[in-house]
Amino acid sequence: MYPARFEYYRANTLQEAIHLLQQHSGAKLLAGGHSLIPIMKLRLAQPPVLIDIGRISELSGVMKTDGRLRIGSLTTHAMLAASEAVKKHCPILAEAAGQIADPAVRNKGTIGGNLAHADPGSDLPAVTLALDGVIHITGRDGDRQVNASDFFLDLLTTDLKPEEVLTAVELPALEERTGSCYLKFEHPASGYAVCGAAAIVALGGDESCERAGLCFNGVTATPYRASAVTEALAGQNLEDATIDQAVTEHLSIDDPMGDTYASGPYRVELAKVYSKRALKTARDRARS
Amino acid sequence: MTHISVEVNGKTYERDVDPRLLLVHFLREELELTGTNIGCETSLCGACTIHMDGKTVKSCTQLAVQADGSSITTIEGLSTDGKLHPLQEAFWEKHGLQCGYCTPGMIMAACGLLEDNPDPSEQQIRHGLKGNLCRCTGYHNIVKAVQYAAELMRAGNPEGGK
Repeated sequence: MYPARFEYYRANTLQEAIHLLQQHSGAKLLAGGHSLIPIMKLRLAQPPVLIDIGRISELSGVMKTDGRLRIGSLTTHAMLAASEAVKKHCPILAEAAGQIADPAVRNKGTIGGNLAHADPGSDLPAVTLALDGVIHITGRDGDRQVNASDFFLDLLTTDLKPEEVLTAVELPALEERTGSCYLKFEHPASGYAVCGAAAIVALGGDESCERAGLCFNGVTATPYRASAVTEALAGQNLEDATIDQAVTEHLSIDDPMGDTYASGPYRVELAKVYSKRALKTARDRARS
Repeated sequence: MTHISVEVNGKTYERDVDPRLLLVHFLREELELTGTNIGCETSLCGACTIHMDGKTVKSCTQLAVQADGSSITTIEGLSTDGKLHPLQEAFWEKHGLQCGYCTPGMIMAACGLLEDNPDPSEQQIRHGLKGNLCRCTGYHNIVKAVQYAAELMRAGNPEGGK
């Protein structure tokens, strides 16, 4: 399977990439290539021009400043899963990145490519949303930032404009007494999430739930935030029964995706089961 | 056409390639290194696994132009001075193959696994080889072969087999 013909340019700096994007209408950015090359081989995408940004070193790596982690868009899933800073300050991201596909794919796939491609079965979108991440974007007119909640617009569609580059993802470093968990039911062949649950639980001094986050991959076209569940948990003592009740009573997803492997209603059932498990694990981790 | 220079198994090759040429086709058709197999072509089966700058990569999901300036090892580059790599020896000894089609990719992936973790548990081996499929379903002996290779490498070659 060959991709359709295209022109190839390599950008060595971010500015070069922006310049090339302005010069070539319809160009696509190539980073690790593990979302783009497969769809080009299937001829689902036939961009006339590829701009290879894979070697722009300023876009790779993890930095911690002032209680935030700034993760360059070219940071690979393998780097995220192995990073001491990510494991310490944002363990749910390392946990999710380590579950993406397989080791060879994780060596090439990048966080920026993953978020920009916005496949509903990807693992990182719901994690980024649950963490209230901020997406950093650079274009001809300079830099801008978009909250994760405003970034994912529809199936495979984001707020990123064709002439812009996703440069980094900024995430809060999780504080003491905060636990997190990413748990997924994966498609046995592809490894994509049929349902992935990202849960975050912050406990107050009296062991009650100070704040919680719960988001899903794989169930709806864009990552789904279950606000009603987490609102019901706020201020509660997080016994198993409390979590079970909050999920049972407050998780309702109106427009789930379905396919030949898993119907919409089945995915919603998975979301209930996996959110209970993920919330309980996050709670246990917050307590320990 | 784009000019690339790639080091493969210690030898540098310079070629002008069509940007859409996949790395696996470059290896097989341009360099005639046909040990790397093409299986599913959708980055699932791992038959095309190679090492690129020391990391396992599926060569069906890379363009040859992306490999410019990199150092690649294929299954042909694992043995040294006519002596089999411990993983090759172990796959032979433990009958870690049936039809053999997945074997080059399986060995390259196992090699990456053992470099990261010289003493993996059975579960870690199965997890580490998740991206490599054996349609003969010969996983049982593949796992045994990797365990045996790990023993050989720990005993005789602590730096790993490359």
